[in-house]
Amino acid sequence: MARAISRNSKIGWTVAAWLVALIIFFPILYTIITSLKTEQEAIAGFDLIPSFSFSSYETVQNQNNYFRPFMNSVVIAVGSTLLALIVAIPAAWAMAFSPTKRTKDILMWMLSTKMMPAVAVLVPIYLIFLRTGLMDTRTGLVIILMLMNLPIVIWMLYTYFREIPGEILEAARMDGATLRDEILYILTPMAVPGIASTMLLNIILAWNEAFWTIQLTTTNAAPLSAFIASFSSPQGLFWAKLSAASTMAIAPILILGWFSQKQLVRGLTFGAVK
Amino acid sequence: MNRTIRALMGATALCATAGIAAAQDTTLTVATVNNGDMIRMQGLTSDFTEKHPGITVEWVTLEENILRERVTTDIATQGGQYDVLTIGTYEVPIWAKQQWLVPLDGMPDDYDADDLLPAVSEALSVDDNLYAAPFYGESAMVMYRTDLAEAAGITMPESPTWADIKAAAEAMTDKDNEVYGICLRGKPGWGENMAFLTAMANSYGARWFDMDWQPQFESEEWNAALTDYLDLMTNYGPPGASSNGFNENLSLFQQGKCGMWIDATVAASFVTDPESSTVADKVSFAQFPNKEGMDNHGNWLWAWSLAIPASSQKQDAAKQFIAWATSKGYTELVASKDGWRAAPPGTRTSLYENADYQSEAPFAAMTLQAINAANTQKSSVQDIPYTGGQFVAIPEFQGIGTAVGQQFSAALAGQMSAEDALSAAQANTTREMTRAGYIK
Repeated sequence: MARAISRNSKIGWTVAAWLVALIIFFPILYTIITSLKTEQEAIAGFDLIPSFSFSSYETVQNQNNYFRPFMNSVVIAVGSTLLALIVAIPAAWAMAFSPTKRTKDILMWMLSTKMMPAVAVLVPIYLIFLRTGLMDTRTGLVIILMLMNLPIVIWMLYTYFREIPGEILEAARMDGATLRDEILYILTPMAVPGIASTMLLNIILAWNEAFWTIQLTTTNAAPLSAFIASFSSPQGLFWAKLSAASTMAIAPILILGWFSQKQLVRGLTFGAVK
Repeated sequence: MNRTIRALMGATALCATAGIAAAQDTTLTVATVNNGDMIRMQGLTSDFTEKHPGITVEWVTLEENILRERVTTDIATQGGQYDVLTIGTYEVPIWAKQQWLVPLDGMPDDYDADDLLPAVSEALSVDDNLYAAPFYGESAMVMYRTDLAEAAGITMPESPTWADIKAAAEAMTDKDNEVYGICLRGKPGWGENMAFLTAMANSYGARWFDMDWQPQFESEEWNAALTDYLDLMTNYGPPGASSNGFNENLSLFQQGKCGMWIDATVAASFVTDPESSTVADKVSFAQFPNKEGMDNHGNWLWAWSLAIPASSQKQDAAKQFIAWATSKGYTELVASKDGWRAAPPGTRTSLYENADYQSEAPFAAMTLQAINAANTQKSSVQDIPYTGGQFVAIPEFQGIGTAVGQQFSAALAGQMSAEDALSAAQANTTREMTRAGYIK
């Protein structure tokens, strides 16, 4: 029997949820507020009321054209995600439906690669990129970000696939479905919410990645992470400009997250309750 | 005969065409930081490309520490991603000794290297070879409010002692009205509070290391310097000073909340700028203080400079760019566009002889005096095994300086005493210097 929830308790939980949401969102909100201040106001101290000065946005756009790094970010984030899915779906299928006694070990090993600090492999990867002509190219970043996020993508897909009854796939096989048909026409449509949320999460991770995207680019493929990094100044006020650049950089992903939040939540809680 | 001449002419024409094509293909990648003077240079790049039609310039602007990381990786792997680097007086001697930089010999005849300020030129040279050309340079000095000094009945000497500074800070402090006698750096970092505290310690006769590379934080001189710094900041400084760096103090001073600010000379142009400073017409300058009887004014010297990494494939074009950006002509170009106040300071003698600059920049004479007084080859009155003014020019200093800065910043925040901070700094630095092999 469902537990009765009193009105007061409901209000209390709602307020608490809003408070938690506000605390989580506050850094982003304050970045947006700071971007609408003058440099003097921005460094003066904590103040939630900006003077609604748009001069920082103007300076940022004049100093550094936004659209080139924006396009690089789009190509790199979407490209690396699609490539990761192409590799991860068959891998997760194999692990979910044809596990061996080493499957768990392989999954743990893949996850353990995420525990290594990226800087530990900087020099070898830098040299590989130099020798293969991948330095400062979108292709290079698509590959490296795909590799970086692949363990998470495989893990997420593996979890979703495990929730799909193997009997359905068996039935498809008995009806003459090939392996390709099984993955493409049976498994993938059933796991769409999971794949969609994996895709969204991976796009967000790739969009926000700020180590490899700065280390492996100079001018041609530099995405929005490099764009933000260019507005910090050792001698001169820069908080408002930096906030404006950050707001411009996170705006697309915030909008994407806002419109896809239902799918994201559905996907992330997929399989949580049997 | 005719055929031979024709063939030769054809070959010459082909070579010339190929040469032009190659020249037109030259794209220089310039790595820089986001300082006002650098951004202005980006805006004036068309002047260079018009004079050098075969060369285009791509800019990479990065945060200071990211820039160091990127450039270090690129040079160490011979990546050749950058053709011109913006680096400071700390990196130049270290990188030049590692043969990571190309010596800037063979600059154009009209470059006039002899016009470079001797102290700056010396700081950027190794074995008498210039490895980076200064784009703008700075020392440190006292910037103070003339109106507050007058109201408090203080006359600031041109060359004050630390006792004068303490007396002035006490007289100018009016905490009820949020006016603090003195603003100094407190944010931890080798280039933040440790730049100031190293210069202050120099002026007290202290040194980082003795001739055997043993750290000297437990010396009387360091104790006196840190105790006086904490005393000044605790009694007359702004609240939360342990998180104030150059930019935070700049803002406080521009808002009229500091009686004095002792920091880089380049700040003078910001605090006297009527567009951003509320006290622009109430500021005067004095030399970096010294301890009574000690002939040492801190020896602070920094120059953001342009250098060519040894890995660059376009060294000739890069040299042409550096010659343009650090020339007298560039200074005149800036002056013609934005006025003489905007001219990059602290690099050339001729700028300080220019009557227009002198009249527009009230800080010019004191800046020049401060730079000329800086001795980066021997920054302490005691014998030292290192070079560098407000830093120690060894690769380990970034890590050690920041660790020590954290101890001193904690002392400023009231988390430990001066003695405890100095003991911790001594222990930490001894450990790191032993690990690095300096202490046998």
